[in-house]
Amino acid sequence: MSDIADRVKKIVVEHLGVEEDKVTENASFIDDLGADSLDTVELVMAFEEEFGIEIPDDAAETIQTFGDAVKFIKEAS
Amino acid sequence: MFDLTGKNALITGASGGIGAEIARVLHAAGATVGLSGTRTEPLEALAADLEARAHVLPCNLGDPAAVDALPKQAAEAMGSVDILVNNAGITRDNLFMRMSDDEWQSVLDVNLTATFKLCKGVMRGMMKARWGRIVNISSIVGATGNPGQANYAASKAGMIGMSKSLAYEVASRGITVNAVAPGFIQTAMTDKLTDDQKSGIMGQIPAGRMGTPAEIASAVLYLAAPESGYVTGATLHVNGGMAMI
Repeated sequence: MSDIADRVKKIVVEHLGVEEDKVTENASFIDDLGADSLDTVELVMAFEEEFGIEIPDDAAETIQTFGDAVKFIKEAS
Repeated sequence: MFDLTGKNALITGASGGIGAEIARVLHAAGATVGLSGTRTEPLEALAADLEARAHVLPCNLGDPAAVDALPKQAAEAMGSVDILVNNAGITRDNLFMRMSDDEWQSVLDVNLTATFKLCKGVMRGMMKARWGRIVNISSIVGATGNPGQANYAASKAGMIGMSKSLAYEVASRGITVNAVAPGFIQTAMTDKLTDDQKSGIMGQIPAGRMGTPAEIASAVLYLAAPESGYVTGATLHVNGGMAMI
């Protein structure tokens, strides 16, 4: 687990109130972790702040799973 | 009741009669106020009058870049924007058949598009805070229509539909979005009406008089206060019974 993945996982666990072991590579925020569409907007906002990056709306739409988020943030930061 | 101590409120159109009164009433309830408007002088005068807890934030809402910048400026000046009152509005009346594209567009830009952009601009902070109040000042005309005001009526009806949609989306985050729809209110705008026009209007108002800016401000105060937390997506009509809807 990279440092980025750990930080992303912490945000997801805190925001969605899910067990840490549920947050796996392919876990979908909406289908597996119980997020609603507004939760995904808030997750993106939290990622932007944690990593000091801008995630444009069209990119945000492609971030569906925990793995997507880690990959995007690794590339962006 | 209605204590806004510690809350920061951004009010657009605060140089006008209704907007200035809204700012005064929210300020009197303890809020820090951000006074926005196109004319700096009346804003400065109002801020001086309020003494503490008032920030002047000039902005031309017809200028998209200025609109985008305003929420940030307000948050920097006050620390946050907890309450947003979209009160600014313009009219460019004309008969529908004579209405130019520019008359249509400029009214929609200021009244509706700027409201959309400002709501969007303050939403991040409100979502993080899990608390927010948006009060959009619509108009009776948005519900009833008015000859000569197709553009204005469309913009004011649009504000109501937009408020309801946004209210749905953010209700679970402790943010309410409501509209206040004034009827005829005594302001510089209505002072210009002729006596004939006024008596014609009075005949349609069961209360038999025009409303006061303070009566609009009280409605805004309620919708801005913690006590109205279960009211969202509503339109509060303040019109002396002119339209009971």
